[in-house]
Formats: sequence, structure tokens, C-alpha cells
Amino acid sequence: MALSRKTALFGRTRALERQIEEFLDSVSEAGLLFLRALKIYMSDGVSEEFDETLRDVAETESRADELRRSVEAQLYEQTLIPDLRADVLSLLEHMDRLTGIFQNNCYRFSIEKPDIPEHFKRDFISLGETAVICSDSLVMAARAFFRNIEAVRDHNHKVIFYETEADKICTKLKTAIFDSDLPLERKLHLRYFTERVDEAANAAEDVADELAIFTIKRSL
Amino acid sequence: MDISVPLFLTSGLFLGWTLGANHLANVFGTAIGTRMISWATAAVTCAIFVALGAVISGAGPSATLGKLGAVNAIGGAFTVALAAAIVMFWMTRLGLPVPTTQAIVGAIIGWNVFTASVTDPQTLTEIVLAWIAGPVIAAVVAILLLKVMAGVKRCYRPHLLRADAYTRIGLWVAGAFGAYSLGANNIANVMGVFVPVTPFSSFSVGNLFSLSPVELLFLLGGIAIAVGVLTYSRRVVHTIGSELLDMSPLAAWIIVMAHSIVLFIFSSEGLEHLLASRGLPTLPLVPMSSSVVVIGAVIGIGLYHSGRQIRWRSLGRIGLAWLISPILAGMICFVGLFVMQNLFLVPVYQQVSFAITPPVEKRMAAAGLPMAPLADLGEKTFRSAVAFRDAIRQKVRLTEEQESEVLRLAEVSPIHFEPEKVATIAIPWLTPAQQNAVRDLSGKLFPAKWAVAEALAGLSAEWKLRPDTKINKLHNRQIEEGLALIYQTFGVHRPAPAPAPGACPCTPETAPRQKEQGG
Repeated sequence: MALSRKTALFGRTRALERQIEEFLDSVSEAGLLFLRALKIYMSDGVSEEFDETLRDVAETESRADELRRSVEAQLYEQTLIPDLRADVLSLLEHMDRLTGIFQNNCYRFSIEKPDIPEHFKRDFISLGETAVICSDSLVMAARAFFRNIEAVRDHNHKVIFYETEADKICTKLKTAIFDSDLPLERKLHLRYFTERVDEAANAAEDVADELAIFTIKRSL
Repeated sequence: MDISVPLFLTSGLFLGWTLGANHLANVFGTAIGTRMISWATAAVTCAIFVALGAVISGAGPSATLGKLGAVNAIGGAFTVALAAAIVMFWMTRLGLPVPTTQAIVGAIIGWNVFTASVTDPQTLTEIVLAWIAGPVIAAVVAILLLKVMAGVKRCYRPHLLRADAYTRIGLWVAGAFGAYSLGANNIANVMGVFVPVTPFSSFSVGNLFSLSPVELLFLLGGIAIAVGVLTYSRRVVHTIGSELLDMSPLAAWIIVMAHSIVLFIFSSEGLEHLLASRGLPTLPLVPMSSSVVVIGAVIGIGLYHSGRQIRWRSLGRIGLAWLISPILAGMICFVGLFVMQNLFLVPVYQQVSFAITPPVEKRMAAAGLPMAPLADLGEKTFRSAVAFRDAIRQKVRLTEEQESEVLRLAEVSPIHFEPEKVATIAIPWLTPAQQNAVRDLSGKLFPAKWAVAEALAGLSAEWKLRPDTKINKLHNRQIEEGLALIYQTFGVHRPAPAPAPGACPCTPETAPRQKEQGG
């Protein structure tokens, strides 16, 4: 009886917590799906399997959007966490940008179909993996912000580390592209894709910086 | 019913209104300031619980009422309440939280000066002590609580939203309890003085419920406080909730909890009695005030975070308000009494004279007081406490306690248990045995309060004071408060002598002793 009353009392809060968790799951999932799509593209080009993964990424992105809007509306309507509401909304919006970046990159590969020479493929995959690990670390930092504020710093540290790694791979890849004998238009196209894949890591680092400030504010 | 009573009641209602307007901030200020609870929710909750507290647990005569009891004419009580209310209103307008009790005590000191009554130096000490001890203790408790909560958060790690929900509920519950005790503890400040002259009769709705005249009076006072909360509390709420310090919701809850804990531990005679009766060590009781304690807790939280966030300028304004509000209330009261007495010809005090009559001499000797140096004074009747005290001081140097005892015994305060009054008396705080003892005195006239106390103690053990120990403190205080009500109800009202134009009775006067009737 007491338990059911407690459940009812905190029912809405629990539902909202679940939505936030699902949103963070979506961000993480979008990254993993992007990585799968990248690997498929590198091996088979724009195949049926690639299109299927692209649809999954798009679905995940729109689910993340819905969840973010729902969470935002509830935070405002129920005037929850008044002191941190603006920070949480900003965090969710900026993390939602990550899912957008993963989806847009998949579409870019699907539409522009860049012709990637075989010897660059490994570096592209490596860049994609590092960017996804970086964004995953951000998801863990965000989870910690909601539950275990002391752990935010540890995860943020990983975000910064993987962003630097991604930058290194990106620079190495771009140097290799421009040192190659490819025509300039292909070099520019490949550089563009290198930067787009790296974009997720850069965006994750920006959010991690913001999160570090929110964490200091929360612990005051 | 005396037509002037409802008129006089207005000052009590005005005081209640200002109390509500000023004190919502103490219980809900931080919750509103951190936007955890909306002002409307807080105000409605506070209004309901204040009224409930006033009617259900409306405390019996409080310590302040005991002090007010000295104000022995309704015209004087009106002026004292009005002076305190004016100061409270002004401070509320400025958005400054000030303790009601201190404004009232300041006004009573004004009355004491006007009527040449002696002010208990302990009361002044208590006010100063409350200014210092209250904030310090509250700050320490708030910091300790903050550390405990930080530990709890580290162990339990609730989700941000869950923690928000817990804090919100905690703030609401603590605020509601705070409002309930605000009504229960302060209703005596607002309406206590009007209990013996309540203009109401019992009220009942079928068999559903009924309210006694005193409950109706308290309900009226509770409504006045509630109206104050609903209509004029925003400024002080802003001061406590957001002007002094930017705080987190958890800090807001800690401040409310520290406020309740400090008031409970360091001001609760009930807790002291409980500990003492079980042979446990007791904590020293320090006079505390709700407003002072809340500010102390806010400072504690601010200092814990290096103190740079505290807006010291606002704090300085509040400190200045605490300092000047009792002084201002005293001055307003003095001028008000002068106007009431000389312009409206309303009696603001009952003549109280002092004389060392043979029964008093006998009683003083029994109490071990030095009689020989005071023998000359037996010839005279003094018309003010100050004149009598000065005469004693010229003759002999007594300790403060001895001086108070001589003043208590020598006070000529006829008390007549008029049969009609005894038959209709219904003092809700007296036990049946105590009420029976009062009935047994029907028709009797006593020359002094101490004679009544001794007569009642002889009739019922429930009127007997016990040895002055911590265990007996609560019991003795209840008896003293009951006696104060008896004196107030059955005291023979002798109007003050007609004043010379523009005069106040603060000039020492003596007269040949009048013969008193024995009780």
C-alpha cells in the first residue's frame, strides 16, 4: 500500500527520468548506427543494408527529437528543477545536435557517395570509431550529471581525450589525402567528409565543456 | 459587551496582519526564492495552516503574554499592540524580516517607562542574547545539516529529478509545519491579551463542530495572520528568498529545517522537560526568534560557500532593523499612550501602588529578606514601581532577585473573585482541579497577587509551585501563566489618577499608606 502510494507520488518524476534515459540511449544508439553505416559503406558502398541502417539512424534521430521535446515541455509545465532547468534544456538540445550530426553524415554518404580510395578506408573507420567513443563518453558524462555528479569529471576527461585523438586522426588523414595523386576535386571532397566525420567529436567536446560548467554550478 | 472591546481588538488584528505579512518569509521564503514552490501555493498553504495552528494548538498564554499581562488596561494593551504593529508594518514595507516578539517587548518597555513600571533587566538581556546566539547557532546547525545532506547524496545518489521532487515535498511539508507552529505560537502575541475580554459567544454548526469564544477569538487572529500572508508578504519573501543569497533548492530546504531544529532544540521547554525527566543532560535554552534564526541559517549556508555570495549590504539593513525595531516600538508606544490618555482620555494603565503592609512584612521576613533597613518604608504607599524601587535602593543594597521579590510582595493589587465572574469563568488552559480551586475563592477579596497564589496553592496541589529545577520548570511556568490569567481576569481595576494636562505618570510619587482590606 505504502509502496503503491510512493509509486503514484513519484510516478510522473519516474516517467520523466525514464524519458531522459531513453533520450541518452538514442544519442548513443545514433552513434553506433552511424558507425555501422560507415563500415558498410566502406565495404559495400550504398547497399541495401546501408539504406536500412540509414533508416534506423533517421528513426533514432526523430525519436530523440520527440523525447527531447517531451522532456522540455514537462520540465517547463511542471516547473521542475527551476535552478537547473535552463542548464538541463541546453544540455539536451546540444546532445540532440549529435544525433543530427550522425544522421546528416549518413545522408551525405548516401547522397554524395564519395569515392574513397582503399588505403584511406581504415583511417576513415578509425576516425568514425574515435568520434563515436567520444560521443559515448559524453553520454556517460550526461548520465552522471543526473545521477552521480562526482563521476562527470571522469567521463568528461575521456571526451576530451578522444576528441584530441580524433583530431590527430583527422589531421593525419587530411595530410595523406592532400599528399596523394588524386585530383583536387576528389581531395576537397574527401577532406569535406573527413571533417564531417570528425564533427561529432568536436561537438561532443563543446557539450562536455558546457557540462563541466553546469556541474560546478550544481555542486555549489 | 463593552463597545470599546471590538475597537481595541483592531490593533490585535492589525498586529496579526503584519505578523503574517512579515513571517511567511520565515517558513516559505527560501522555497519561493528558489522557485521550488510558487508564491500562490506557499501563501495559500501558509494561510490555511496558520489558521489551523491558531485554532487547534493555539498556545496558552505565552511568555510574551506574561509580559503583556503586566499591561493592565485594555487601552494600554491596544496601544502596545498598535505600536508593535506599526513598526512591523513599516519593516514589512521595507522588506525587512523582524521578530514580532521584539517589537512587542519594545512597546511594553515603552509602556513601562510611561507608567513608571519596572522593566525586567533580564528581558533586555534576552533580546540582545537572541540577536547574537540565534544567528550563530542557526548558522552552525545549517552548516552541519549541509554536510550531512552532502554525505546522504553521495551515498544514495538520487536522480536529479527525484532529488528535486524530494526537496519540493520536503520544502512544502516543512513550510506547512512551520506555518502551523507560527499560528500556534504567535496567536497569543496577537490575541492573547484579549482572551479575558473576548466579545464572542460559543458558535456551533449542528452537531458537526463547535468553537468556544476563545477559539473564535483565535480563529479571528489566525484569519488576520492569513490575510497578512495573502496580501502583503512578497517583499520580505524576496529579501529572504533571493536578495541575501542565491541558493540551491537543497540549501533552501536546509535553511527551513535548520530553522525548525534550532527553534525546537534550543527553545523548547517541552524537550528540556523530557530530557530532564529521563535523567538526560539538557541543552541550554536560548531565547530564539524565527526571523533571526532564518537569517542565521542563510548566513551559515553562505559562509560555507566562502561567504562571497552573501550580500552584506542587505544583511546590514536587516541587522539595523533588528536594533531599531524594539526602540522604535517603545518610542511609538510612549507617544501613543500619551495621546490616548491625554487626548482621548482613555485609561492606559491601572494604578498599581506599593506598600510594605504588616502581612507583607511577615511574608518578607519568612522569605529571608532584610527587614530592618526597610522598616521606615512601612509608613508610605508608593504610586509607582520605580519610586518604590528607588526608595529601597536608598535604604539598602539588595541583589536583583531580592529586589524583584520585594517588589512582587509589596505590590498592592486587589483581586476580587466576584461570584458572577467566577460562575461564568471558562479559562481553557486550567485543569478541572484548578478551576474548582478558583470557584472555592468565590466572593473573596485579596490585597495582593502573592496572597491569591498562596490561597490557590492551599486549595489545590495543581496550583502549587514545585522546587525550581529543570524538571519542574515547565510545570511552574504553566502555573505562573495560569496565575497571570487569574490576576488579569479578577484584578480590581482601579483607574489611574486623572493626569495633569500633558503629564505622564513617570514622576515618582508617594502618599500616606491607605488601609487595605484583608483577603
